Amino acid sequence: MNIYVCIKQVPDTEASILVKDGKSINEAAIKWIVSPYDEYAIEEALKLKEKNAGSKVTAVCLGPDRVQNALRTALAMGADSAVHVESSVVLDSRSTARALAQVIRADKEYGVIFMGKQAIDDDASQLHILLAEELAIPAATNVLAFAFEGGKARVEREIGEGAREVIEMTAPCVVAAAKGLNTPRYASMMGIMKAKKIEIRKIPLAETGVDETQNKVRLLKLSSPAEKPQGRIIPGEPAAAVRELVRLLREEAKVI
Amino acid sequence: MANIGLYIELKDGAFKKSNRELLSLAAKGGHNVHAVVFCQEAQPFMEELRGVGTVIQVKGADLSYQPDRYARALAAVILEFKLDVFCGICSAQGKDLFPRLAARTGAGLVNDCLAVDLENRRAVKPVYSGKLLAEYQVDGDKALFTIRPNVIAVEAAANSGAPVLKTVAMDSGDLGTHIVEVMRSGSQKIDLTEAEIIVSGGRAMKSKENFTLLAELADVLNAGLGASRAAVDAGFATSDMQVGQTGKVVNPKLYIACGISGAIQHFVGMKTSKVIVAINKDPEASIFKKADYGIVDDLFAVVPLLKDEFKRTLG
Repeated sequence: MNIYVCIKQVPDTEASILVKDGKSINEAAIKWIVSPYDEYAIEEALKLKEKNAGSKVTAVCLGPDRVQNALRTALAMGADSAVHVESSVVLDSRSTARALAQVIRADKEYGVIFMGKQAIDDDASQLHILLAEELAIPAATNVLAFAFEGGKARVEREIGEGAREVIEMTAPCVVAAAKGLNTPRYASMMGIMKAKKIEIRKIPLAETGVDETQNKVRLLKLSSPAEKPQGRIIPGEPAAAVRELVRLLREEAKVI
Repeated sequence: MANIGLYIELKDGAFKKSNRELLSLAAKGGHNVHAVVFCQEAQPFMEELRGVGTVIQVKGADLSYQPDRYARALAAVILEFKLDVFCGICSAQGKDLFPRLAARTGAGLVNDCLAVDLENRRAVKPVYSGKLLAEYQVDGDKALFTIRPNVIAVEAAANSGAPVLKTVAMDSGDLGTHIVEVMRSGSQKIDLTEAEIIVSGGRAMKSKENFTLLAELADVLNAGLGASRAAVDAGFATSDMQVGQTGKVVNPKLYIACGISGAIQHFVGMKTSKVIVAINKDPEASIFKKADYGIVDDLFAVVPLLKDEFKRTLG
């Protein structure tokens, strides 16, 4: 089985994000990482490969040249090959799904496709299902447990209140990972060395027949949200402070 | 004026309170509003749906949530009733269902909206985990939006006319993505993303057992129980409790942070809370810069007192 993992390169979780010209962010000081949920996806892909002899993991990433670093990370963790869909334009989730679908369906033996439940930049939370629908295959998102046997995936997805849906899907299918699915491995030194020698396959976006004119969702404006004014510390011994706090919550803030 | 559709989400057959936000959003602007509800009997919901023009009841032999069946039925409703804009709650089910609708109707989708201009098909949503806000335009003849809970002010319907009831049938066709079982946890936990009050603990909780202290406080307030990434990574709390950039984004009326330092990772997940209370013995903790009210003291002293005081006041 050819296992795929679709990843996105995003600013580090600790990064301060500043608006540049109302429509983009200042990338100058940003450290780029693989979106955290995609790391769970990579790990699960590698685990599935280890259990299925003869399987291969291919990492796919769409974006400008810098995203090759994200692909190197996936290779260093243990992916066998990598595809860079070269794009310097902004695509919405639908267009991205179409471009990725073109790459994946060219492989007649694709099996399970893993990705994160959302990328922590635009937080659009829809690419996984759009990709599955484009390929006309099943999909589950927010996945916390994954098992694969006899060509069938059995997954558990969190639906809030501690409840989980148990879902069965026949491969090929899309599995979108949530935190808790696994603990991603660190790349070993050997893995990093090996990753350097693997050639990343490059596919220009134009070859997929997708371009930004097909977008349905268009960014108009980025802005920084209003900062909360500094609050106040309630002084006194714990018992007195607690009484005052509850009074304020009731009479001033009116939230209880 | 536009043809607006609302997906009325039920939980175990009951009307979810967040639906009222959708109804309030759609009530403005003189739109022709359609509320779609999957149920065997529409009558119990008609009072809540008073004020909309049309209630579309989707009936079928088995109405348990199955993504493919629901998506097929809703996509057909959107096309048949020529709905220009279709909205739902940004819940676990909404996030599963709406991308399927986007694919099947060819419409653009914006998830997790804080504000929606239905007429112009524009929406504002948080991006970069809430570090920025983005305004999006959905182009084309249809638009889909899911709305974050606890954002839109609920107002009583001005139009008190009884809605027209229409019924459509759901097919029982093939399921690619098949939900075979729903596992409920023993403890009835409150959904953090829709909770009105959340009590949350950080690394300073020191142990899994100490989280019982917070659970007791949460019980008194009928609150959800959350945790910081540090507490989850230390094994004090489960990952479904994590609030923050790689956890849940929450939006309660009241967020009580106990022993949480207030790293940006956590803050972006709860900063839209109406009121933030911080309890931490470190006066330098950055959570105090972001909290509306703070108590600088040992949480193990403060939390039990707080529980008793809430019990006294609310009881």
